[in-house]
Amino acid sequence: MVLEGKVWRYGDNIDTDVIIPARYLNSFDPKELASHCMVDIDETFAENVQKGDIMVGGHNFGCGSSREHAPIAIKASGIPVIIAASFARIFYRNAINVGLPVLEIGDAVNSIKAGDVVNVDLEKGTIVDQTTGDTFQARPLPGFVQDIAAAGGLINYIKGAKAHE
Amino acid sequence: MGMTMTQKILAKHAGVPAVEPGDLIICNVDMVLANDITAPPAIAEFKKIGRPVFDKTKIALVPDHFTPNKDIKSAGLAKIVRDFVKEHAIVHYFEVGRVGIEHVLLPEQGIVGPGMVTIGADSHTCTYGALGGFSTGVGSTDLGVAMATGKAWFKVPDAIQVRLTGEKPEDITGKDVMLTLIGMIGVDGALYKSLEFTGPGVASLDMTDRFTIANMAIEGGAKNGIFPVDEQTMAYEKGRFPDGYEAVTADDDAHYCRTVDIDLSKLQPVVAFPHLPENTKVVGTFGDIKINQVVIGSCTNGRLEDLRIAADIFKGRSVHPDVRCIVIPGSQSVYMEAMKAGYIETFITAGCAVSTPTCGPCLGGYMGILAAGERCVSTTNRNFRGRMGHVDSEVYLAGPQVAAASAILGKIAAPKEVR
Repeated sequence: MVLEGKVWRYGDNIDTDVIIPARYLNSFDPKELASHCMVDIDETFAENVQKGDIMVGGHNFGCGSSREHAPIAIKASGIPVIIAASFARIFYRNAINVGLPVLEIGDAVNSIKAGDVVNVDLEKGTIVDQTTGDTFQARPLPGFVQDIAAAGGLINYIKGAKAHE
Repeated sequence: MGMTMTQKILAKHAGVPAVEPGDLIICNVDMVLANDITAPPAIAEFKKIGRPVFDKTKIALVPDHFTPNKDIKSAGLAKIVRDFVKEHAIVHYFEVGRVGIEHVLLPEQGIVGPGMVTIGADSHTCTYGALGGFSTGVGSTDLGVAMATGKAWFKVPDAIQVRLTGEKPEDITGKDVMLTLIGMIGVDGALYKSLEFTGPGVASLDMTDRFTIANMAIEGGAKNGIFPVDEQTMAYEKGRFPDGYEAVTADDDAHYCRTVDIDLSKLQPVVAFPHLPENTKVVGTFGDIKINQVVIGSCTNGRLEDLRIAADIFKGRSVHPDVRCIVIPGSQSVYMEAMKAGYIETFITAGCAVSTPTCGPCLGGYMGILAAGERCVSTTNRNFRGRMGHVDSEVYLAGPQVAAASAILGKIAAPKEVR
């Protein structure tokens, strides 16, 4: 699947408290979570994000709490993929488990700017910044983690696969 | 190639003789944990799988984040957990009045211990590494799947060895050790790795110090933090955790991708400045920073010894007129013991508010939310922007001795400044 979208650009150490502050965790309804997504660092995001826009972050994206509400809020905002220099491990797992693709490209991410239009080929892990012409290759997911992502998340995978039998 | 403590525990639970960093494995889990925020979505995912729970004795549900319930929606979350517990006859469930903060409660109750693999839908599940087990935080989907299958997948982590030497001086706590380490390696310094604590210095850290240190492994990005089992661990587990557990040791030729040396005797009381736990500074090396609130408690520092340290400093002194100091024992047992020892009386006499156990203020839930521009010295684990309230508030992380001294002087202070 090839995606194309406008970039919402964030920096290093974007923690799950700013992705979805704990004061909103008394609900786990995806739409409600999306309505507060990123509010503490970017009040414009929830109101202006368009379906298909792409989120780009720096190092250690999604650090902090294990709240799965964070990738769920981003996904329910209409973001189909997150690109970052690196991801915090619980967020990384959670994103794959809920069917939100995550691509790690290291420091090369620095050349992607807010508002750029990027194309992402999820199968190949290739990214093209249409605005600058730069291309990037994401690190592939290891082993059966690829199958979890391909199944659209862990629940679909478990229901279809034998790995956890 | 030799294995680390973490690798050995994972290999055993995957049913294989050996593992190497990067291996993808599926492990049997010994305990799965969730709280009132993370259990409801885990239960929703669990129901999609359409199987019974794998073992009603190996699931712990601890409603501690927004309880006693702060609003109608959080009461609804707690009710989802309570109904699930009844439907599936879950053994390890703790109602308000019996509940404590999950990572204080589970070790205290002997529900987690050495050699175990524990996953929890809470990032501070890594706390139980203090007991020589492998424990790590996961999300609600992983948890829901584990409740049905008793299994979880892992990528075997590489390890950073933290070699501790020297003796911990007076007025230094596990919090100072860990904030110093995070200051050295950064908040993603141990990303995807385990932090393995070794060396002769381990012996001078009591169990409370070790819980605090392992608890904040996640703040260095780590998958887990782990201590070897020694005489102190065995004394702690006596009468608490069933005998016959395995004290896993690292092989002599275990591979570490990095070794960090810390001489405990050289440590000084530190705080982590906003808005990252890596912003560690020695107390006394910066100018006066006036504060509005102090929180003493949490899964990081809500144990009896933490309260003893704070009470010792509050004895005969008062909270500064401009400061609200909130003390939260980590469990009912901690609360009771603190009362018997006179600590609670000391806190109330000093002008502190004492609360029933809850995660409350740590994550900006309730029981101590900050207004714009306010500053808090807190014994909790995260000082991210907006973590404890308004996005323009500030949290300074510290140990209980610095928190108590700061509450008395109304500014960030070391204990020697009040004595």
